[in-house]
Amino acid sequence: MMTLLIDNSPVLIPLIFLATALLIPVVAAKRKTLAWPLAFWATIAVVAVSIFNVRRVICDGPVHYRLGNWAPPIGIEYVLDHLSAFVILVINSVALLVLLHAKKVVARELPHKRVPYYAAVILMLCGFNGIVITGDLFNLYVFLEISALSLYGLIAAGEKQSPVAAFRYLIMGTIAASFYLLGVGFLYMETGSLNMADVKAILPTVIDQPAILVALVLMVLGMGIKMALFPMHGWLPDAYTYAPTTSSAIIAPTGTKVGAYVMLRVMFFVFGVNFVSKTLPLTQIISWLSAIAIIYGSVLAIAQKEMKRMLAYSSVAQIGYIGLGIGLANPMALIGALFHVLNHAFMKACLFLVAGNFRYKLGHSNVSRLTDAVRKKMPWTMAAFTVAALSMVGLPPLSGFFSKLFLILGAYENSAWYFIVIIFISSLLNAVYFFRILEKVYMRPRIPVPGQEEETDVKRDEVSASMLLPTLILAAGLIIFGILNAFIVKGIINFMIPAGM
Amino acid sequence: MNSAETYTSIIPLLAVLVSLIAVPLILLSSKFKNLRESWTILAALIKFGLVLSLLPGALAGKAAQCSVLEIFPGIDLSLRADPFGVFFALIASGLWIFTSFYSIGYVRGAPEKKQTRYFASFAVCLSATIGIAFSANLISFIIFYEILTIATYPLVIHKETKKAIDAGRKYLIYTLTAGLFLIAAAAWTYQITGTLDFKAGGLFGSAVLDPRDAVMLFLLFLGGVGVKAGIMPLHSWLPSAMAAPTPVSALLHAVAVVKSGVFAVIRVVGFVFGPTMMAKFGLDTILMTLAGITIIVASLIALRQDNLKKRLAYSTVGHLSYIVLGAALLTAEGFTGGMLHIAFHATMKITLFFVAGAIYINLHRENISQLNGIGRVMPWTMGAFTIGAIGLAGIPPINGFVSKWYLGLGAVQADNLIPLGILVLSGLLNAAYFFPIVYIAFFKKGEGLEGKGEAPLLMVVPIVITATLSLLFGIYPDLFFKFYQLAVNISAAILGGG
Repeated sequence: MMTLLIDNSPVLIPLIFLATALLIPVVAAKRKTLAWPLAFWATIAVVAVSIFNVRRVICDGPVHYRLGNWAPPIGIEYVLDHLSAFVILVINSVALLVLLHAKKVVARELPHKRVPYYAAVILMLCGFNGIVITGDLFNLYVFLEISALSLYGLIAAGEKQSPVAAFRYLIMGTIAASFYLLGVGFLYMETGSLNMADVKAILPTVIDQPAILVALVLMVLGMGIKMALFPMHGWLPDAYTYAPTTSSAIIAPTGTKVGAYVMLRVMFFVFGVNFVSKTLPLTQIISWLSAIAIIYGSVLAIAQKEMKRMLAYSSVAQIGYIGLGIGLANPMALIGALFHVLNHAFMKACLFLVAGNFRYKLGHSNVSRLTDAVRKKMPWTMAAFTVAALSMVGLPPLSGFFSKLFLILGAYENSAWYFIVIIFISSLLNAVYFFRILEKVYMRPRIPVPGQEEETDVKRDEVSASMLLPTLILAAGLIIFGILNAFIVKGIINFMIPAGM
Repeated sequence: MNSAETYTSIIPLLAVLVSLIAVPLILLSSKFKNLRESWTILAALIKFGLVLSLLPGALAGKAAQCSVLEIFPGIDLSLRADPFGVFFALIASGLWIFTSFYSIGYVRGAPEKKQTRYFASFAVCLSATIGIAFSANLISFIIFYEILTIATYPLVIHKETKKAIDAGRKYLIYTLTAGLFLIAAAAWTYQITGTLDFKAGGLFGSAVLDPRDAVMLFLLFLGGVGVKAGIMPLHSWLPSAMAAPTPVSALLHAVAVVKSGVFAVIRVVGFVFGPTMMAKFGLDTILMTLAGITIIVASLIALRQDNLKKRLAYSTVGHLSYIVLGAALLTAEGFTGGMLHIAFHATMKITLFFVAGAIYINLHRENISQLNGIGRVMPWTMGAFTIGAIGLAGIPPINGFVSKWYLGLGAVQADNLIPLGILVLSGLLNAAYFFPIVYIAFFKKGEGLEGKGEAPLLMVVPIVITATLSLLFGIYPDLFFKFYQLAVNISAAILGGG
């Protein structure tokens, strides 16, 4: 039994999620309260498997798993290498923490839709994990659609504007998926294969074909939309703002990362570093778009009053960091991008959970209405927010600092000093929109009347442990990743550098 | 340091951690004032003791090193108590003891709100300062440097008035930008050399640098460290930050933060670039010009300030550039004088700030024009002020004279009379903006002073002690801590290592 589980550990991840997603509506049909425990425990199981997988990859090297024992390129192959194992662990651990937080939030925000909601969350995670683990280009498309369909539902379950936001995303997402599929089609036409490793092996023989160029551009465009790379980010702000708290908290850290992962996988591991950076100036275009995204996202984040919307624009900027790391296409920058995948997942999840805590206790998450009463009511939530905010600004020894440092070193490697300037400006802009909140919450701008005692009518009213714990764990993660970045980079990220970089 | 042998010791780490450990204790005992303050005092005493225990090693040219963990691939978070680090740490931790006592008197006398936050932030600042002093490489340095920035912020905005909040914003904009410059400079250096370990005489070794790149890199470094060092035109956060409570201005904006800035300038000049490279690319001229302009302009602005703390702030800006000037001379006496001025300016300026705070708490007066006759009601306080003022003008027998003397010697040694002229002129300007205060305090008739006496004892005693220290170090610079001996050793190492 144990060996069976161990041998099949790569496939277990999507499988557990798929089974749970189907199980939830059946089991919880009568007793709605069962939906959450099912989703939660399934995610715990998956996280356990993910940790095991990471360990397995680090110890034994990449694992190639043949689905149904059909040999590739006919059969579907799951590839568990350092990159996929790492991204999967990041996605699932963040998802687990958000799910822990979700119990109370969903019970309040969506009391009647609990069962389909959790089923959709789990189905989406199934899709995300499948995308990351599969070594088959078409299978990736299938998982892409699985995740996208559940995503639309998860977004549309929110406030009254959310169906419009979801519809917008549906259109963009469908275009993205179609682009990707078309690209895969062209690639299949030329190479006759859908297996990534196989395609990579065949590509050099057909590399001069224009269809290959078209395929690459279509796939990158599709993923650009999925990861909300400027100027294809239009769907993101509305979707994140109007979606239910849990949806934004789970989609923001994971969804766009998966898009970035596919872009990276396709560009560097299928087409090859040389082709995308030398033959075509694709990586250069991506780095410039990312640079614009960083500034654009940060500036618009400053302009927002609603915290969730602010975080959404900040996501556009942060994805720019990841895109920049991919676009610079050198080891240091890529380490920065990959480390930022981890960091941003934790930072954004933490910040969205904080916004959720605000909404739960205050009924709003409007930046302009925050006062020092918030700190007195929710000191721990605010402590988590402070840590995440400082990490976003990029202050050492928090993890955000180190992803920036890697990116700066990567930029020097390419002598691209202008990107360093971009990173600087964005750090300062980040400081503006986070310190704006910190100032409001930690200070009393009112002029104290002499002789009058401070009002003490604000009682502590912190969220319950199940909501507080994940928020704090995410914040603690930022400190730990920052201090231990060398271990993470040397232990796993270093092995993700593609050949030829 | 090339010549300094290294031995492994956990003391540098403990010295950094002591005040950090005190933070949760301070926060937990927020309801019990006396217990809370005793944590601060205890941490200050232990910290000073730990730093002091490193002094014999430093005098013998040995450095205690402690690598905590690998903080960045290939770079350790590493603390190394080399002589220069010990020198700075001694000053910061020593003066923290006096500031702690003084703070208690001040915040209770004011009375300030949110005292727990105040003492907790203070403790973090001191950890960061000692971390800066002991950082063995640029990454460790940047980490502590940024922690210092963030930990000082709550102190700057402590009063939570509009003025304080604006000052806080300005402070953050300046210091965060500076931090980014420093990061960029460090990353570039790493790109060129593959190492970030400070090394007496420069870390570039045999690396070849394009002259244009060298100047750019130096300017990046200067942008990074120049803000905290108050080099014009990066100084203007400092006068604004005077919105903070006076003990903060005294320790942080006369000692810890700004001295971290000039400490960093010397680190950059002596331990990153090294005298040879500084001279080769003409970087010393850039630095000297900026420092010279700062000294004169800051002194001129100080003349026109009526707010006592503002005048002290501009005076600080000027005196910080004495130290920068000393480093820019690239001579043994220049480095020695600069380093001595780190120590001696600290004792003098902290005295003056303490005095300003005592006047504020006792009489609620902030402007120089209101100080007529206060010398008669607060003789001890104003006596101490006089000592500090004489010292800052560079008149013997106060320690300010000693450091200035060596700075002057350094200028002569460098065969450059312009810095010497600047020092003389600045001395006159110092006298011009300090002596009138002494005069009106003692010789003019004051109003509304009936029935007023000295400030609380917790404030007056530290004032008298720091003033006495200024006097003692003026007569015998090697007293207690052998500052002079240390400074000479360090400058020999810097100049010998390159």
